[in-house]
Amino acid sequence: MKRPVAVVGVGQTHHTSKRVDVNVAEMVREAVDRALLDAGLEHDDIDAIVLGKAPDPLEGIMQPEQYLAGALGAHLKPIIRVHTAGSVGCTTALTAATHVASGLYGRILTIAFEKQSEGNAMWALSPNYAFTQPMVAGAGGFFAPYCRAYIARSGAPGHIGAVVAANARENAGRNEYAHLRDPMTVEEALNSMMLWEPIRFLETCPSSDGAIALVMANEDNARRGPRKPAWLKAGATFTEPMYVPGRDQVSPLAGRTCAKWVYDKAGIRDPWNEIQVAEIYVPFSWYEPMWLENLGFAPLNEGWKVVDRGDQKMGRHLPINPSGGVLNTNPIGASGMLRFGEAALQVMGRAGEHQVGGVKTALGHAYGGGAQYFSIGILAAEL
Amino acid sequence: MSEPPKERVKYIDTNLNLPYHYYAGDYKALYLRALRDKKILGSRCSKTGKVFVPPVIASPESLAPCDELVELPHRGIVTTFCVVNVPVIGREIEIPYVVASVALDGADVSLYSLIQECAAADVRMGTRVEAVWKPDGERQGDHTDIRYFRPTGEPDAPFESFIHRL
Repeated sequence: MKRPVAVVGVGQTHHTSKRVDVNVAEMVREAVDRALLDAGLEHDDIDAIVLGKAPDPLEGIMQPEQYLAGALGAHLKPIIRVHTAGSVGCTTALTAATHVASGLYGRILTIAFEKQSEGNAMWALSPNYAFTQPMVAGAGGFFAPYCRAYIARSGAPGHIGAVVAANARENAGRNEYAHLRDPMTVEEALNSMMLWEPIRFLETCPSSDGAIALVMANEDNARRGPRKPAWLKAGATFTEPMYVPGRDQVSPLAGRTCAKWVYDKAGIRDPWNEIQVAEIYVPFSWYEPMWLENLGFAPLNEGWKVVDRGDQKMGRHLPINPSGGVLNTNPIGASGMLRFGEAALQVMGRAGEHQVGGVKTALGHAYGGGAQYFSIGILAAEL
Repeated sequence: MSEPPKERVKYIDTNLNLPYHYYAGDYKALYLRALRDKKILGSRCSKTGKVFVPPVIASPESLAPCDELVELPHRGIVTTFCVVNVPVIGREIEIPYVVASVALDGADVSLYSLIQECAAADVRMGTRVEAVWKPDGERQGDHTDIRYFRPTGEPDAPFESFIHRL
């Protein structure tokens, strides 16, 4: 960052399958209030607002930034909306950070949300657009073939996906905000229904209602706040088109490029040993070993070995998704910002029961589209 | 979780239905018209020689024009796939069914397609397949003109030949 940027407040809703007690604006407002309280700030202290969510057909609310302007406290302030499909939450946080790094704004409120219960996410994401090939199997059916290719390429044993899912659930049990928290064994995951072979029901993210808001600030404001800030050491978003000859859909080049870019900017040479916790976007279990490789935490075709050894568990070398991750909480638009916000909480030392010990540097990550958009933020306890 | 309360004030069901008139563009229309004539057109990149299907007018990779149209065979291989056990809203496909990435012979990008006329368990990475078309007179010039692909029964393609071009 040209000028230092920090996360100074984090607020999220409890995530659940159906929030029938609130409408979208009220749900979003809960996260906003909690983030402002966390930062010790009022709406008057905020200079501009950056909103992110997944495609509008999810709730059928077009221009949510217009509908939500009041709930977000955007009266007489700039507001913009960001959209990069599933990665949008992380991209939105990075867009907010750029607003601060530009020097134009001192404090930004940024919000991401989804209220999946009000629409139908699976089919809202794969409608039949004119002149394009029909997507005949929803999001799971789109990603499952690449999980199969990963398994074939890497020689990963078939149970690895279930191990990822059970570990994520164990972690979610320690996160009071997580949607799915009931204990689940590897056997239960293995015995659950095969939805999109090789992906089983309990290896698939839920549909969640929820929101998260962050307050981000420049150095002066961050140092004046009541709490220890989480400094953004580097952040970037990279994209690749869906249909490119020789495109590696299993470990997309845009993801590898994004990781290298942020590590270089953050001065990280050995991510496996220099990062203490990572919140990565895993909507289907097999994406955990796949992204461990894409993010440079494991050599090619060896991400599954990290899972097999248990090195991604709490208390081990590099805890992955201590919050329980997307596999247990998936308000789609918010999911990427939850990864970023949870990484911030970890470096602040305020992640509660799922806090990892001794975190100096944390990574937040999201992907979206046909595994085309990648957003990564590196957060640190010290500037 | 409990179902949403059905009291009228707290909850309504509604649909958004909006009519649109989309234009394919003259270049893409060539491809769609060819489908109606039971032909699959691709376009070749003037810089890299790679073949795109559906044809693109410029390569997203090299950014060079792809103005040479090439006719592609109706056969290819399943590079990877999944078996779907979830019913599809608005479509009458019997489950389980297979969706696959199909690399047509001579093409450098794959089509995302249904595989039918075989048991799901009989589809493999490398299975050779061919297009099954709607009959003459029923093809409208859109992607549904190819109903699905089916196995040809030929020997599978070797793993190394496709695993890095899914």
